[in-house]
Amino acid sequence: MTATQCCCSHRLQVADVIVMTADPIDPDELRKQLFDRAAGAYCGFEGWIRNENEGQAVQRLEYEAYDPLAVTEGETILAEARRRFPHLHAHCVHRTGMLEIGDCAVWVGVSSPHRHEAFQACRYIIDQLKVRLPIWKKEHYVDGNSGWVNCERCAEHAETSS
Amino acid sequence: MKTITVRYFAMFRENAGLDAETLSIEAATAADVFSATQDRHGSKEPTGHCKVAINDVMADWDSPVNDGDTVLLFPPVAGG
Repeated sequence: MTATQCCCSHRLQVADVIVMTADPIDPDELRKQLFDRAAGAYCGFEGWIRNENEGQAVQRLEYEAYDPLAVTEGETILAEARRRFPHLHAHCVHRTGMLEIGDCAVWVGVSSPHRHEAFQACRYIIDQLKVRLPIWKKEHYVDGNSGWVNCERCAEHAETSS
Repeated sequence: MKTITVRYFAMFRENAGLDAETLSIEAATAADVFSATQDRHGSKEPTGHCKVAINDVMADWDSPVNDGDTVLLFPPVAGG
C-alpha cells in the first residue's frame, strides 16, 4: 500500500492493484485511476485476442485462472516492479472466461513522474504475469479443434526484461 | 501414508477427468505427489514447465507435504 498526495490535499490511499474479472475490460476507464498531479507519464499495455496463432486460425480464446493465487502472485510482481522501477501507481486487470477476437484480455497501466519508469515497470509487469500467474488459455480454432496454449516464448521475454 | 487432496487445473483437469481427488499415498515432497498423479492419469508433463502450490501458497517441487495438505497442480501457464 502506498500513499500519495491528491489534488485536494486529502491523503489518497492507492494500492498497486491487480484484479481478475469475468467482465469486459475498459482501458479508457481504468487509466483514470492512475491520474496523479505528480505524474508526468502514463504507460499502458493492452493484450488483445488475435485471430491466428502459430499458423492456426483462431475463433475465440477461453481463459481459466485460479483467482486466489493469481491475485497474490500478481501483488508480488507489482511489489517487485515498484522496487525495481519506482513509480506512482500500477494497476493490472486480467480477464477470465470466453473472449472473442479483438477483446482485451489483459490491461496494465503505470503512472510515474517520468516516462522511463512507466515504460520499464509496465514491461516488467506484463512479462512477469504472463509466465507466473496461474492462468491458462484454451484456443478454439476455426476448424473446430481446440488446444491449451503453452507460453514458452513468453518465458524468454520475461528473462530479458527482468 | 499421507492423505493428500490434489486439485487439477486446465489441461491437468481435463486429463484427470476431475477437479480434485483425495489420495492416500507415500509422498515426501510436492514432486512425489505430482508423480503419483501422473501414474494414475497417464500424464507425462515435466515438472520444469509446471508449477505447484500447497494450501494456497506457491511452493517448490521439493517442498515437503504433510498429512492433510491440499496440493494444487498447475500445468504450463499462459496468461496475457
